Amino acid sequence: MLAKVYVTLKNGVLDPQGEAIRHALGSLGFDGVNGVRQGKVIELDLADGTTEAQINDMCERLLANTVIESYRIEIA
Amino acid sequence: MKAAVLVFPGSNCDRDMAEALRAAGADVRMVWHKDADIGDVDLVAVPGGFSFGDYLRCGAIAAQSPVCAALRAHVERGGYALGVCNGFQVLTETGLLPGALMRNGGLTFVCKSTPLRVATADSAFTEGYAAGDTIALPVAHHDGNYFADADTLAMLADQDRIAFTYADNFNGSRNDIAGILSENRRVLGMMPHPERAVDAATGSTQGMALFRGLVRQLADA
Repeated sequence: MLAKVYVTLKNGVLDPQGEAIRHALGSLGFDGVNGVRQGKVIELDLADGTTEAQINDMCERLLANTVIESYRIEIA
Repeated sequence: MKAAVLVFPGSNCDRDMAEALRAAGADVRMVWHKDADIGDVDLVAVPGGFSFGDYLRCGAIAAQSPVCAALRAHVERGGYALGVCNGFQVLTETGLLPGALMRNGGLTFVCKSTPLRVATADSAFTEGYAAGDTIALPVAHHDGNYFADADTLAMLADQDRIAFTYADNFNGSRNDIAGILSENRRVLGMMPHPERAVDAATGSTQGMALFRGLVRQLADA
């Protein structure tokens, strides 16, 4: 089974890389980009039967730093 | 005073850390990250560098290594620990210090000498300085932007746990924080490099008071 974990900075945590992307889009002439949040996608190739609780545990203990990041799990 | 300096793949300030501790009179051993036994030491130093290539997040992979389980046990026994730069990132990733270190606000890697204020002299690390002193230490990092939520920041201030602040906050750190202490004041994490400021031949010697104070305090302990 395949799971995707999306990790992004929490709302309220300033994302300087997202801000830089927003400025760059503006300088390319793309008006109306009000905000950009960037993050990462981690694809996990997992043994069948891996539970969502186990994936959650992986996120809490390693894949995300929950002090600054939030995560979302998508199971294919 | 006996000290262990941890070495991860990608550590690059480990020898500087060992030299600074030795210059202050410590008996130093290097401990490889796969080693689950750090031995009977008073201080564990987590050096700067780019452990595991900064993959995933700075310090995140190192925090899961066998030696960090030993580090955690050492701290839980009341042992002292010093984390500098990547070492500070490792200490936050292990949860031994609160908060996190994010990408610098200006997005650039900053390598320079920077003025710092000593915010408290009430620790074995900072007793060689006076609160309010301004010292200059080198910084060299891309991810030194200290973040913690408002409650944590208030707690750090209330408990006098902010050790150093930037006089010129160049990386966006909350409350200008450059270094913080644990609740028992025996763990210090800081982004600036005191171990790079211990020999007049390479510039400043203003980091030496930290190592001398530490060795003096722990020799008496």
